[in-house]
Amino acid sequence: MTEIGLGHYLTLGAVIFSIGIIGIFLNRKNIIVILMSIELILLAVNINLVAFSIFLGDLAGQVFTLFILTVAAAEAAIGLAIIVVYYRNSGTIRVEEIDKLKG
Amino acid sequence: MIAHSIFFYTFSIIAVISAIMVTASKNTVHSVFFLILDFISISCLFIMIGAEFLGMIMLIVYVGAVAVLFLFVVMMLNVAQQKNQWFASKESSKHIPVGLIISVIIFFELIIVIAGWKYKPDLFDINNSFKAFSISNTHSLGQVLYTDYIHIFQISGMILLVAMVGAIVLTFRKREGVKKQSYIKQISRERSEGVHVLEVETNKGVKIDD
Repeated sequence: MTEIGLGHYLTLGAVIFSIGIIGIFLNRKNIIVILMSIELILLAVNINLVAFSIFLGDLAGQVFTLFILTVAAAEAAIGLAIIVVYYRNSGTIRVEEIDKLKG
Repeated sequence: MIAHSIFFYTFSIIAVISAIMVTASKNTVHSVFFLILDFISISCLFIMIGAEFLGMIMLIVYVGAVAVLFLFVVMMLNVAQQKNQWFASKESSKHIPVGLIISVIIFFELIIVIAGWKYKPDLFDINNSFKAFSISNTHSLGQVLYTDYIHIFQISGMILLVAMVGAIVLTFRKREGVKKQSYIKQISRERSEGVHVLEVETNKGVKIDD
């Protein structure tokens, strides 16, 4: 119990990943919280990669975490730009009122 | 080793609770703050485990850039004061049990994979990691990042450039009726169209219509 191994970090990543997915589904508010849940999911993936990288002694995991960080930042910027444009056009970003695609 | 486990449990409990609060809090601004807390505790975990460069980069990128971007958008769109009925909306609440079931299934799948996976314990020792080497984490990351992964590094720079251009193009709009300077018009003015020389007769003055 006192020995923190790889499994502890992977479990933490799994917990945060599941919380992110729950956040996407449970969200009745605006789309920004959905974007934050996606950031949580990417964070969980980063935890897994870094834990494997440290415990295996291989640096490739940390390099890939760096690239995931880059892509996450780009995705957040584009997503927030789309949200701003949508809010300017339609005046709302509530999840249940965005139904133009009838999905 | 006992300090390691104490710090791990502290930071991970803070991270999980703040991740729950990101999805559950009614105010969007509070969600952003809990997201910042989540990122900070995870980067503390990274620094503690030995990936100090990634922990610091995480602080800079996520807390310094992404979370501030979220805060700006929340502030600009004025969504913090919107009525948030959480679990209360009748029509769309049929997604909630499906989402709960799916995420619980995913969680247990991941747990089964982690728990049922046999690995050699001596291979996955924390003493086996980079602490055994003499060079620091940042040094070793730089050694592989600019040699083996240089093309991916350049491509990630291109991704950032494309994201920047895309965000500007998406949010740019031409507004009518806004007075602004036209530099090329100002620079290319000639003396003949700016100054008009008149012959003024004595004691009569001159009438200028403007």
